[in-house]
Amino acid sequence: MSIRKSRDWFSPDYMEQRSKKESAYGLHPLDCYLRKDRIPHIWCPGCGLGVILNSYLRALKNSDISPKETAVVSGIGCTGRTAGYLDVDSFHVTHGRAIPFATGLKIGNRELVTTVFSGDGDLFAIGGNHFIHAARRNVDFNVICVNNFNYGMTGGQAAPTTPKKAQTSTTPWGGFEQPFNLPGVAAGSGAVYVARWTAYHVEKMIESMEEALNKKGFCFIEVLSPCPTGYGRKVGLKTGMETMKYYKENSKIKDGADPTKVALDPDDPECEIIVGKFVDKEAPTYQDERGEIFDQARNELGVK
Amino acid sequence: MMKPGTYFMEGNTACAEGAIAAGCTFFAGYPITPASEILERMAKRFPEFHGSYLQMEDELASITAILGASWAGRKAMTATSGPGFSLMMENYGLGLMTETPCVIVNVMRGGPSTGLPTKVAQGDVNQTRWGTHGDVGVVVYVPSSPQEMFDLTIKAFNTSEKYRLPVVVLSDEMVSHMTEKVDIPKKEDIEIVERKKPEEPPERSLPFCPDEDLVPPMANAGEGYSVHVTGLTHDEKGHPSIDEETQNKLVTRLIDKIRKNADDILEYEEYMVQDADIIVVAYGSVYRAAREAVEIARDKGIKAGLLRPITIWPFPEDRIYDLAKNGTDNFLVAEINFGQIVFEVERCTGGAANTYLAPRMGGNIHTPEEIVDRMEAIEEGKIPDFKE
Repeated sequence: MSIRKSRDWFSPDYMEQRSKKESAYGLHPLDCYLRKDRIPHIWCPGCGLGVILNSYLRALKNSDISPKETAVVSGIGCTGRTAGYLDVDSFHVTHGRAIPFATGLKIGNRELVTTVFSGDGDLFAIGGNHFIHAARRNVDFNVICVNNFNYGMTGGQAAPTTPKKAQTSTTPWGGFEQPFNLPGVAAGSGAVYVARWTAYHVEKMIESMEEALNKKGFCFIEVLSPCPTGYGRKVGLKTGMETMKYYKENSKIKDGADPTKVALDPDDPECEIIVGKFVDKEAPTYQDERGEIFDQARNELGVK
Repeated sequence: MMKPGTYFMEGNTACAEGAIAAGCTFFAGYPITPASEILERMAKRFPEFHGSYLQMEDELASITAILGASWAGRKAMTATSGPGFSLMMENYGLGLMTETPCVIVNVMRGGPSTGLPTKVAQGDVNQTRWGTHGDVGVVVYVPSSPQEMFDLTIKAFNTSEKYRLPVVVLSDEMVSHMTEKVDIPKKEDIEIVERKKPEEPPERSLPFCPDEDLVPPMANAGEGYSVHVTGLTHDEKGHPSIDEETQNKLVTRLIDKIRKNADDILEYEEYMVQDADIIVVAYGSVYRAAREAVEIARDKGIKAGLLRPITIWPFPEDRIYDLAKNGTDNFLVAEINFGQIVFEVERCTGGAANTYLAPRMGGNIHTPEEIVDRMEAIEEGKIPDFKE
């Protein structure tokens, strides 16, 4: 069988019932944001992406942002598939290039509420340079980085976020590279909003996403996500549930913590995961700054 | 755009002015010799008409940003040279796969690698055709003068909008840095083409379903069509598919879109080919030397002619075959590389004529005398076919 068609998964009776229900109530309260013919998604059982996407859509709905004014850009990878499930203007671009694409899109049409939804490898390995420069420019869009500590789509290889000593398919004897502390990178590059949550912190995550959607400037939210298939089973967190429990027990909310001091340290005996909103500041956006300079230029040139 | 009139203008400046005349309001680039003057001109001119100039962190970002801007409804352009063009190959492919109109200017300099940054070469000709992975159909214009830097940049925008693809303007250092007379026509005398918009309402629209010309209408982001755009193989809805039928249908169409519309896109110039025994094929800056070479050769009694591809892709295949069939014995390709278009010419003659090469490794263009010497040697049977 060459492709899995969603409809093959269900019996005709079930489908009939489903379509009756659907016409009566809609299948899901967030249906208006989803491409229903693309569901079910490809994500593994136990993956955190469903929860995180759900949270993002709730944040959109709570903020009263319609699908028509929303644009989502994703790169490549498991999280990169997000764009394809959303019934909004959605772009699934090349590996690492979601941020420059979103930069062009947002500056091309400032009315679009633009979000980059991508993974840690996409945004911080192959796309790392674009990330720091978009943050520096303070272009007005949000970046949601789903960090699952590995390259899940390609089979669980080490990423720039993989903790030291963790076993992955390309660190079979344990990792030894220093991982990135993503909130530190974002804050150091100039992001005006920086938060970290885990897939367990649904309410907090929604709140953060709403804040980011309503804030001008480059906003960054890291969400730690279970990846039992690619990463968890090799580090002793065999199911999504176990990982969620781990997040619940080890996370500590510290709003306003110094983002350079929230690195995930595997040598910490308490395995503390610091989550929270670390940065929320005001700074003129790329478009504000440019508008001012261009206005001056037009004055000098004597044009309107 | 600039006031109509006659100007003494550099090639790169003319290119920027052509883009502005074509309606370009978004430019993203990264400084590189010998293309930087295009960036500088855009940066200077854009405040006047509320355009967006972005200096990106690299060429990967530059081309990706213009793809994003194109989906936001802007006419967008980037400009670079060989090293940057190599970086752009990744998202040149994305632009071709997602059928995104935009213009890429590549001012060729000596290669490989960092090569000769300040001097002319024509080594990127095949890269524009074959540089990105997978099978693609491409359109590449090759200007030979500052005037053409203006005219062909406008044409490149028009073709990109009409056929929905990134179009390349393949200049070289000499044409780009040459200052010459440039006529800027009146606004109403410039033909401007805009992308086709869907007529169907969003709920019935298939965003990648082509019309008869094999080009799908394009809804921009924010117009309510919730378009899904992916570099993955996709069906007419724009949804990814790993089905081989979908792959076959999509890739065939992307190639046929150019191949079957080649008559509309193709442009070339001929000079004294009617009775020619030997035809020089040259493009870009070399064309200027080749034209003089043909005149000198005619004075010497050699029946020489000249064929200049203006679109190097699509290539004037049928015309070369006709000329080879109808009496031209020899083709001499003068290009600043070790033989790229010569293979195309040899293929198109179908064995009905001999093909020779006048190569040059970059740094300067051929002199007319050098080309004439080569023609004389060919006439006397003194030099072998280029492959031997």
